[in-house]
Amino acid sequence: MLDTQSAPALRDLTFGEAIREAIAEEMRRDKTIVLMGEDVAEAGTTFKVLTGLVDEFGKDRIIDTPISEAGFTGIGVGAAMTGMRPIVDIMFGDFLTLIMDQLVNQAAKIHYMSGGKWKVPLVVRATMGATRRSAAQHSQSLHAWPSHIPGLKVVVPSTPYDAKGLMKSAIRDDNPVVFFEDKISYTKVKGQVPSEEYTIPLGVGDVKREGRDITFIGTSSMVQVALGAATMLEEVGISAEVVDPRTTWPLDEKTLIESVKKTSRCIVMDEGYGRYGVGAEFAALVAEGAFYNLDAPVTRLCAMHVPIPFSPSLEDVTVPTERQAFDLAMKLCGR
Amino acid sequence: MSIATRKADAATGIGPGNPGNPGNLDRLLHMYKQMVAIRLFEERVNDLYTRALMPGLAHLYDGEEAIAAGICEALTREDYVTSTHRGHGHCLAKGASPDRMFAELLGKEAGYCKGKGGSMHIADPATGNLGANAIVCGSAGLATGAAFASKYLGNRRVTVCFFGEGALGQGVLYEEMNLAQLWKLPVIFACENNLYNEYTHFSETTAGEIMARPAAFGITSVEVDGQNVRAVYAAAAPLVDRARDGGGPAFMLLNTYRYHGHHVGDIARAYYRPKAEEQEWAGDRDPIKLLGDFLLKEGLADAAALEKIGAELTREMDAAVEFAVRAPYPDPSEVTQDIYA
Repeated sequence: MLDTQSAPALRDLTFGEAIREAIAEEMRRDKTIVLMGEDVAEAGTTFKVLTGLVDEFGKDRIIDTPISEAGFTGIGVGAAMTGMRPIVDIMFGDFLTLIMDQLVNQAAKIHYMSGGKWKVPLVVRATMGATRRSAAQHSQSLHAWPSHIPGLKVVVPSTPYDAKGLMKSAIRDDNPVVFFEDKISYTKVKGQVPSEEYTIPLGVGDVKREGRDITFIGTSSMVQVALGAATMLEEVGISAEVVDPRTTWPLDEKTLIESVKKTSRCIVMDEGYGRYGVGAEFAALVAEGAFYNLDAPVTRLCAMHVPIPFSPSLEDVTVPTERQAFDLAMKLCGR
Repeated sequence: MSIATRKADAATGIGPGNPGNPGNLDRLLHMYKQMVAIRLFEERVNDLYTRALMPGLAHLYDGEEAIAAGICEALTREDYVTSTHRGHGHCLAKGASPDRMFAELLGKEAGYCKGKGGSMHIADPATGNLGANAIVCGSAGLATGAAFASKYLGNRRVTVCFFGEGALGQGVLYEEMNLAQLWKLPVIFACENNLYNEYTHFSETTAGEIMARPAAFGITSVEVDGQNVRAVYAAAAPLVDRARDGGGPAFMLLNTYRYHGHHVGDIARAYYRPKAEEQEWAGDRDPIKLLGDFLLKEGLADAAALEKIGAELTREMDAAVEFAVRAPYPDPSEVTQDIYA
C-alpha cells in the first residue's frame, strides 16, 4: 500500500488550471465572491479557463453577461463598494479600452475621493499576448495603462505557482486589482503547484534564475523567453539572472535594483510596447537606483511599436524572442 | 389620524405611509424642510463662491429641490443613492449634515471626504451616499452594482441613480438599464430633465422621446412634474416599494429647471436661454412656493409655522458655514493617504 500521507503534495498544473483552482478555492471560502463576464458559465470562457466552475457554484455566482464590458464592470465596482468581492472577466485585454471610465475614473479613485470611506475590492481579469493570429484588436498587452493610475494594482504572473498565489491575494485585496493572464501561457506553461493553501503577496518580486553577469527583468510571457535566453547564454559562459517583478504595482523596486547592482547589466523584457511602457518604467528605475554599478546602458526589449498585424510572417517579428534576447545580452557583455 | 393628516392624504393621494414612517402631514413638513434647507444651502454656496472663499466650481441645485426631497422621502437611511456634479441636494436630502458638506466644499479636513473630493464628490456611507460623480452618467454602473449586491445579499435595499438629461447621451446608461431589467435589480433611474446639457438645450442633443428609452427595455417608467414634491413622492414611493419587493428597476423622468447657470460662474447665459423662461420657472413653478401654498391653502400649516422653519434652517446653515470657514485645511502630508485601502 502506498504511503499517501508523505507523498509530495505537488501537482503539475497549467497556467490556466492554476487560475481556475485559485478562483474556485476563494469562492468556496467566501460567498460574497461572484464572477461575471461574457461566456464565463457553461462555456467556461472562450479560453476554457473556467470550465466546470458553473457546475459547482451555479449561475448565480458564475454569471454570463451581455456583451457590455462597461456595463458589467460598472456593476462590479458598485457591488464591490456594497459588500461583495466581484471578479470581472474581460475576455481580451484589448477591451480594457471599453471599461476605462469604470476602471480609471471610478474604481481607482473612489477610495481616495471619499477620504478613505468607500472601498472597491474588485478583481478585473484581462488577457494579454500576441502570436495567436488574432490581429490588432485581440492581441495587445495593455498592462502599462492601469499601471499608470494611482489607486489600481496590477498583476502580471508568469508561472502557474505565481498565478494561483497572486490570484488569491488579488481577490482578498481591498483595492481594485487588474490581473493580466497571458493567453499563450494558459495551456503552454506548466509548473508545480502545491495542493496546500498558499498566497503570494502583491508587490514581492521573484528571482526566477540566479546569475552574475546580466539581469533580465521580465514580465508575464517574457519571463519564459528570458529563461530560454539565459540557458543559451550559459552555453557561452555568460551567467544571466532573471527577475520577475510579478506585479507592476505595487512594484518590488528593491529586488530589481539589487539584482542590477550585482550583475551591472540589465535588459528589460515586456510584451507591452516599450515606448512609455512598463519596460520604460523598469529601465528608469534601475538606471536611477543602480547607476554607479552599471557597465552597460539599460536596454529595453519589448513589443515592436506597431499595431499587431495578422499575417504570421508579420506578427512573429513584433514579439521579442530568445534569440533577440541572447544577441542583445552578448552585445551588452562585450561579446 | 388627525384631521390635518387625513386632509393631506386626500390631497396627495398617498396612503397612510410606510410602517415606521410618520404620518403624511409630518412627511409633507419634512419634505418642505428638506427643500428649504437645500435652497438655503445653495444660496450660501453661491455666496461663498462669489466671495472667492470656495475653490473650484459650484453647480447649484436650486430650482430642482423637489426631486431630491421627494424621492429621498421614499427611501430609508440604509438605501443607496448616487449623485452627480449637481449633487448637493441629493446629499442633503439623503441625510448629510450641512456643516461637513460646507467643509468639504471649502476643501477642509472636517469635510465628508477630508477635503479630497470637493463639491462634485461628496460621499457618505453612513447615509447610503455612494458618491456624487463628476463624469456625466459615471454613477449608473455604481448604482446598478449596488442594486446587484442588494439583490444577491438579500438586504432589501434600493438604490436611486440620480442623473441629468445630459446623461441620456452616454451609452453606458443603456448598458446598465439593460442589465438592471435583465436581472430585475432594485434600482431607480431618476432622470432630472432641467432642459440644458450645460449650455445646450436638450432638444438639440436628444433624438426621439425620452420615455421611449425605458420602454425599449420594458422598464416601468413614469413622467412627473419635478417641481411638485407631492407628485414626486407619490410617484417614487410605489416604485421604491416595488423594487424592494423584487419587482425590478424603474425609470422616472422628472421635469425641472435649474435656477442658476451650469455653474455659478455661468452668468451671461441669455445666448442659450431667455430671461423670461427663467422667471417663469422661478415664479409660480417654484417647488418651495408650490408646497408652501398647498400647506396654507389646505390649512395644514400657517404662515408663522413656515416662517419659523425658514428661520431655524437659516440659523443652522449660517452656523454650518461658520464652522466650515473656520475649519482647518488638511495637512499636506494627507496627500498620500487613502490612495489604497
